[in-house]
Amino acid sequence: MTAKKRDYSLVGESTRKAIETGLASAEWYHTDVARKGMKELMQRSDGPAIRDTMIWIAAILGSAAGIVWFWGTWWVVPFLFVYGVLYGSSSDSRWHECGHGTAFRTRWMNDVVYHIASFMLMRNPVQWRWSHARHHTDTIIVGRDAEIAVMRPPDLLKAALAFTGILDFRYSLPTLVRQALGKLSDDEKSYIPEMEQHKAVIAARWHMVVYAATIATAIALRSWIPLVLIGLPRLYGTWHMVMTGLLQHVGLADNVTDHRLNTRTVYMNPISRFIYWNMNYHVEHHMFPMVPYHALPKLHELIKHDLPEPNPSIWHAYREVWPVLLRQLKYEDYYLKRELPPTAKPYRGEFHELDITAAAAE
Amino acid sequence: MAEWVEACAVDDVDEEDVIRFDHAGRTFAIYRSPDDEFFATDGFCTHEKAHLADGLVMDDIIECPKHNGRFNYKTGEAKGAPVCVNLKTYPVKVEAGKVLIEIG
Repeated sequence: MTAKKRDYSLVGESTRKAIETGLASAEWYHTDVARKGMKELMQRSDGPAIRDTMIWIAAILGSAAGIVWFWGTWWVVPFLFVYGVLYGSSSDSRWHECGHGTAFRTRWMNDVVYHIASFMLMRNPVQWRWSHARHHTDTIIVGRDAEIAVMRPPDLLKAALAFTGILDFRYSLPTLVRQALGKLSDDEKSYIPEMEQHKAVIAARWHMVVYAATIATAIALRSWIPLVLIGLPRLYGTWHMVMTGLLQHVGLADNVTDHRLNTRTVYMNPISRFIYWNMNYHVEHHMFPMVPYHALPKLHELIKHDLPEPNPSIWHAYREVWPVLLRQLKYEDYYLKRELPPTAKPYRGEFHELDITAAAAE
Repeated sequence: MAEWVEACAVDDVDEEDVIRFDHAGRTFAIYRSPDDEFFATDGFCTHEKAHLADGLVMDDIIECPKHNGRFNYKTGEAKGAPVCVNLKTYPVKVEAGKVLIEIG
């Protein structure tokens, strides 16, 4: 008998099943951390994010100046490389952290960076705030999670093209246009509350205004530079975001209520960690989304006895996941089982804590 | 009918912190503000069923541990997405080192 294909729509058969079986909005496993320690880890501070944001803005402006200065020569290439990654990739982690409201202590600072980063990513800031809330409620629950990057069976061509940004660009821009025209899809309506839906339309219209102004400037100046600086980096600079982001959940279990089994922590080099704002500690982030990015390494040290061994590098993680994806082409139920260390509490501890002697006596 | 119920001792709650209090099948959150006043709200976030007592208190704000939704715990006001519905608050008084809340 062939297994039934997964239905990834958010209003379909899998959605109904997830709700019926209690997988939707379920209680998830959390490693025990004393309140005092957790309070210290959750503490907010403006300092680290202001420092990192100043470096980020300086690097963006510096590389943009390099693009303008060296335009028309080969010297422009390294500046395009740096600017593209800053614009098209590091904006994702800024969007993410500021969306959670954990990067800065001061709320308006989170909001300003969140809106700028959303624009850079061609993401509707209202829609994506809600889709991400759903992603945290129902992480990799089929039919509920709006942010499953690689569905099963995996479309490897699509995954490869994601590194170029082409598919995302082709999806994001028409989505913004549709939303600017006042049309939200059924999936979007399923996770954006009615009272917030008009805000999503207004946000999309603002994005369209900036893109229209950019195109008008490019035409007036008869230059590609405005488009190379605004909009197109979403194509040529997105590879780092995809490289790190795909690893968050790809190849791991779906429909489980334990982030240790469906989420991956990967040790990364310092440059990638700056671009990614420590989201490589992804199990830790999902388990405790209140902990700011700069405290995730400390959280990792505190709870790693209860987590699967992290992948030691990006390369290692891809080498591990590649055969899993190939196997999923044939058997979509196949997944990479994360082994928990002997020091960890088991998955679904309640089953392990059953008094079997009492059961046997009955 | 409303009744005053003993929720905890004053020392059970640190300054700028929150604890959970369960009573008669209901869950409440008891707060101690940075200026040493006590407040009480419903224990669950109005967005999704998460215990606010696991969240973070910052000045007048309680932040939900699940999606970082924020409320003013003194007034119950929801401070923006993903929380849209205000939190119910309860009168609080302190007597003989005990924190009491009035439950309707």
